[in-house]
Amino acid sequence: MNPGLVMYEEEFRQISGICDRLTRDANAKVVFLVDKNGQLIAASGQSQNLDTTSLASLTAGNVAAMGGLAKLIGEKEFPNQFHEGERESLHMSIVAGRVVLVVIFDAKSSLGLVRLRVKKAGEELSRIFDHLAKKQAMPGAQSPFAEITDDDIDNLFSG
Amino acid sequence: MSFINYSSREINCKIVYYGPGLCGKTTNLQYVYAKTAPEAKGKMISLATETERTLFFDFLPLSLGEIRGFKTRFHLYTVPGQVFYDASRKLILKGVDGVVFVADSQIERMEANLESVENLRVNLAEQGYDLNRIPYVVQYNKRDLPNIATVEELHRLINPRTVPEYQAVAPTGVGVFDTLKAVAKLVLTELKRGG
Repeated sequence: MNPGLVMYEEEFRQISGICDRLTRDANAKVVFLVDKNGQLIAASGQSQNLDTTSLASLTAGNVAAMGGLAKLIGEKEFPNQFHEGERESLHMSIVAGRVVLVVIFDAKSSLGLVRLRVKKAGEELSRIFDHLAKKQAMPGAQSPFAEITDDDIDNLFSG
Repeated sequence: MSFINYSSREINCKIVYYGPGLCGKTTNLQYVYAKTAPEAKGKMISLATETERTLFFDFLPLSLGEIRGFKTRFHLYTVPGQVFYDASRKLILKGVDGVVFVADSQIERMEANLESVENLRVNLAEQGYDLNRIPYVVQYNKRDLPNIATVEELHRLINPRTVPEYQAVAPTGVGVFDTLKAVAKLVLTELKRGG
């Protein structure tokens, strides 16, 4: 089975820093980073009033569906997508083949600026995710969950 | 594929409800949603047709509590059951940690059940998973209907691997949480083993 994604404090701080900077540099309302399987990794900007869990799941569904379409026409994937709304727009970009960088912006920004800033942030994020993948693949990197007991699991369901 | 976040102390897992069209996958999720405390659940999303048939997926995020300081969150998904939505089903299985197969107990749906199990096996294999190894439970739904197969027969046809199996009447909740708990437990046990 594929190994799951493991996020450590240090890398999380770096990723959050990149998302915060992207929010500022791109004049974005919200930036979030989602695992291709729909798990939210980081959110930045005005995300308090957003249902980020649903956003993450639908982002992954959308990227998966577009990926399926890409394959049907002989493309590997569509690495960048742009959806334009009346007031707010959404830009999605696949990073390191496994996560999706999503930027929500309004008239205070522009598609050109967002694309420019996303490209740079994407490169930085790629390096971190490559590093994370190596860290996880290192020998001796046992399941971080290995120390739990059967009783711990049972207790979760005893209520 | 689970996601373990040391920074926010969270474990996220993905469970997919699979089965033939109209077997009750969405109904399972609706019951779980209705009976879960507001603080333990997120919004349920249903991407459905105008006639309320699942078009892409249903999604329900749930929090089950903490294990050693880690919040355990489960993301429940259903697939569209209708045969021609196979491309969508494949996508939803990506990164799955555990599968619930919801079988329709009615005798006339037996062929549809078998076809769906086989479809599950093939689609999992395409993603690099083996149905014989993945955390997997089976639910025999619609036990309240008149023309149903016996559990022995369903077991023989659908569950030769003898994974945990539950009888259910999803609209009233019979067997719904037993099924969910069983698969969640298998997923956590698999995580513990480092799967």
